[in-house]
Amino acid sequence: MSSTTSSSTTLDRPKTGTWDGGNEPMKASYGKLMMWFFLLSDTFTFAAFLTTYGLIRHRHLAYIGAHDKFVFSNDYWPIPDKVFNAFPFFHGIDLPLAFVALMTMILILSSVTMVLAVEAGHRMDKKDVEKWLLWTILFGSTFLGCQAWEWTHFITGTEAGLTLYDGSKIFGANLTVNQYGPPLFADLFFFITGFHGTHVFSGIVLLIIMFIMAVNGAFQKRGHYEMVEKVGLYWHFVDLVWVFVFTFFYLV
Amino acid sequence: MASHSHHSDEGEYSGDIPAPQTKGIWRVFLILCVLTAIEFAFAFLMDPSTLRNSIFIVLTLFKAFFIVGEFMHLKHETKSLIWSVLIPTALLVWLLIALITEGTYFGDSVYNYLK
Repeated sequence: MSSTTSSSTTLDRPKTGTWDGGNEPMKASYGKLMMWFFLLSDTFTFAAFLTTYGLIRHRHLAYIGAHDKFVFSNDYWPIPDKVFNAFPFFHGIDLPLAFVALMTMILILSSVTMVLAVEAGHRMDKKDVEKWLLWTILFGSTFLGCQAWEWTHFITGTEAGLTLYDGSKIFGANLTVNQYGPPLFADLFFFITGFHGTHVFSGIVLLIIMFIMAVNGAFQKRGHYEMVEKVGLYWHFVDLVWVFVFTFFYLV
Repeated sequence: MASHSHHSDEGEYSGDIPAPQTKGIWRVFLILCVLTAIEFAFAFLMDPSTLRNSIFIVLTLFKAFFIVGEFMHLKHETKSLIWSVLIPTALLVWLLIALITEGTYFGDSVYNYLK
């Protein structure tokens, strides 16, 4: 260290410079900052998944030909709206991407109720925070339920299945066999939506903890609802990731 | 975050609760819905092409901007925090483009090696 005028090793007065530790240079608390940097690192993970998807997809032939003549085959990458065209209680009806659209809307809606909870926290409105947290938990759980249904449908497969060259048939998909196309397509589906679903699940657990704390008045005693805000950041991030997963897995 | 003085009385906050300011939030929700609807319109009305994929990616980035900027409040944070998040992400985008374009070669090499 540079020479100091004081021989004492303790500070005479607290440091107040921008980067001296005396204040918050980014005007965000330690916890909030760390949540941002955690989410940044999580972005890297999801980006790795989506890059892998792009890479593997490029390695496979694309389906060329009329859209309505499409049939499942291991020879080319499937068209997403031919794979994801089922809807609960509407068995056998071709509803391309309808269910995933509903899921997207539910998740975006949960993001809105989350930001409403954060806004209520700023106003120290305990009742409102509880209400909006409950809505967020409800929408989040509904999304997870939808995903469970979609996985079940994807794993079970359609009645037609896929007839292989030797005449044998396969139904649905797992990590090695896939009725809809190349096995890697199913692998990526399980890994990417599964990893996102895990995030949603963790988010719901955190939200439930927030709800219990809010009901117990922990934040009122503390004088602020910043913890709800930090969990909110995590929740919005899950929604953000879904926006990208939705585009690259279901639309492109 | 509004700083409130510590209340010693258990549980309930005794101060007045201001009215909710939620107009902006619902506006962002509406924008996100409209952008998603446009994406669906393109998905069904346009044949797959690089142009269509570019449209999807641009619309997705717009959605990401509203989620990160408004819902996650990044737009209203300090400049240093904004850049701390955006610069690594920008480098990441560069990495993604590099990996996907060069990755075709890389993928071919691995594939041929394992063949």
